[in-house]
Amino acid sequence: MNKKVSYRDAINQALHQEMERDNSIFIYGIDVADHKRIFGSTAGLMEKFGPKRVFSTPLSEEALLGFGLGAAICGLRPINVHMRVDFLLLAINQLVNMVASYRYGSDGKLQVPLVIRAIIGKGWGQSYQHSKSLQSFFAHIPGLKVVMPTTPADAKGLLISAIRDNNPVVVLEHRMLYDVEDEVPIEPIPTTIGKGQILKTGKDITIVATSYSAVEAIKASEVLEKQGISVEVVDPRSIFPLDEELIIKSVEKTRNLIIADYDWIFCGFSAELATRIYDKLSHKLKSQITRLGFAHTHCPSCRPLENEFYTDAIKLIRAVEQKLKLAKMDLSQETFYSYENKFRGPF
Amino acid sequence: MNRKKLILNLYKKVYLIRTAEELIIKHYDNNEMKTPMHMSMGEEAIVSGVYTALGQNSLTFGTYRSHGLYLAATEETDKFFAEMLGKVTGVLKGKGGSMHLLSPNDGLLGISAVVGSTIPLAVGAAFAGVYLKKKQIVTVFFGDGAVDEGVFWESLNIACLKRLPVLFVCEDNGFAVHNPPILRRGYKNLVNIIKQYYISVFEKETTDAEQIYNLTLQAINSIKKDHMPAFLHLKYYRYLEHVGVHEDFNAGYRNKKEFIGWQKKDPVKLLRGKLKRIKVSDIEILKLEKRIDKQVNESFQKAIDAPFPDSYELLKNTFYE
Repeated sequence: MNKKVSYRDAINQALHQEMERDNSIFIYGIDVADHKRIFGSTAGLMEKFGPKRVFSTPLSEEALLGFGLGAAICGLRPINVHMRVDFLLLAINQLVNMVASYRYGSDGKLQVPLVIRAIIGKGWGQSYQHSKSLQSFFAHIPGLKVVMPTTPADAKGLLISAIRDNNPVVVLEHRMLYDVEDEVPIEPIPTTIGKGQILKTGKDITIVATSYSAVEAIKASEVLEKQGISVEVVDPRSIFPLDEELIIKSVEKTRNLIIADYDWIFCGFSAELATRIYDKLSHKLKSQITRLGFAHTHCPSCRPLENEFYTDAIKLIRAVEQKLKLAKMDLSQETFYSYENKFRGPF
Repeated sequence: MNRKKLILNLYKKVYLIRTAEELIIKHYDNNEMKTPMHMSMGEEAIVSGVYTALGQNSLTFGTYRSHGLYLAATEETDKFFAEMLGKVTGVLKGKGGSMHLLSPNDGLLGISAVVGSTIPLAVGAAFAGVYLKKKQIVTVFFGDGAVDEGVFWESLNIACLKRLPVLFVCEDNGFAVHNPPILRRGYKNLVNIIKQYYISVFEKETTDAEQIYNLTLQAINSIKKDHMPAFLHLKYYRYLEHVGVHEDFNAGYRNKKEFIGWQKKDPVKLLRGKLKRIKVSDIEILKLEKRIDKQVNESFQKAIDAPFPDSYELLKNTFYE
């Protein structure tokens, strides 16, 4: 049975249901038990599970990730929350030197069932230290799994899987998706980590889009549909492990590929995926793979420049036109940036 | 534990650590043990004294100056030497080397080569112990250089804030790599600062493992009684260079005279003298020493004879599957 709930509430449901199921799960981080409750995603947990299992912390990201690692190897299942991915960077030593290698460094004697939730910011002047995503960087490190839920159902299902996984999992949520509502299973049903999803079926071109880029890809596909162009939108959901098979199948069908990664392009996930597709399908591609992502600079605060920084539906439409050698559409009657226009800060 | 048994136990540990490292020194330049070694020579009394006081059911974390702690915790040398030689019979099947020893079965949950990195793990492990009602004390060993890391202060704060059963053991050899405190600290006295936290502080400058054992018992009792962490500040002298097996008195950052002073109260000799004073016979002492010499030599030979790991070991345990 499904029910229409927001991305925020889907996360909240996953936490309530999993914490009820397993007493060894605890959740902690800056703001987790404060009145704002991580944009509402940890609402009600303190009241239900008490301060032993749900607590706010000092601003000590490095020690607190190490704390989670210590607790994880001693039988607990910690969930460490960061209101922005950018803040998780304070704990990179623990993440890369310790968390990622701890199982390897114990010859498999210890396990690290640790979840790191980190939220990607966008819009309303977040600027360059509240907007990073860094999935390519995290996925570069052996020992870490990295997921990026786009839909409310995946926000719930992937978090459930992350909690039940005996490996460290970085869950990158997108702040701008928090208010999106969609059908979500009422029951705690895990979404398999490592399985992608076709968000929209099409036959002319594949757009592989991560996180919020998938929203823009859907928008672009709707506009292009009016011109008779059928776009297939694939959301990998998990960066590592990667569902290469699903993407290969889609590209085998459409023979055109755009990768719209929600991150910088250079040395990023889009380069990784493009190489893998070239390795397998170079002889079948009708056009060169196009890669879109953040501009190779820092995210600016004001909207006009921010729009330039990100890949949006307009840029995707233009990329498709170029690829399929179509005439430039008149987009003046279309509405874009509906999320950005709706979103009110500060955070 | 009666005193004779205690001192024999302590001597067994310090003698084992010293003997194992002497054998390493003898062979290290043969270039078979290809792993950066940070030798424990000089700190034997601390790890042995503290570890003996901890007893069963306790957990520990340490640093890359790892030999002393590993040997004090396990008293085994087969896996130890095999790891130094990178063999499949080693602690980590030859994947870790000298800087990554551990033995979860003996409560030694990890050693890190990045200064200060295991300190927060000890705090989290102590939290898990309280959470799971285990009545467990978690000890973390670190050098005084680790105190310069932000993560030390963050971890100390969290342990004190949550009143967790953590025993912080600062093994202070007066240098962070090669730098004395005067070149790296903008404050007067470390222990005075620590005393401002919700923690019991104990300090001693001694090479006597029995005294360290007794001090550790006090610290453990304070953790249990006062429901807050304890901090043990212990001085020692690092005999050898920061990394490697040689002396480095000609490097100019420290004076050999200092070493000679400390050598007079060498932890191994001191404990041997104590054994004699409490009337343990020479024969009994020699028998113990011979047994350990034999163990160490045999372990080393076994390690030499053991094979390197097969290539399939490379990826194993990167993920839980």
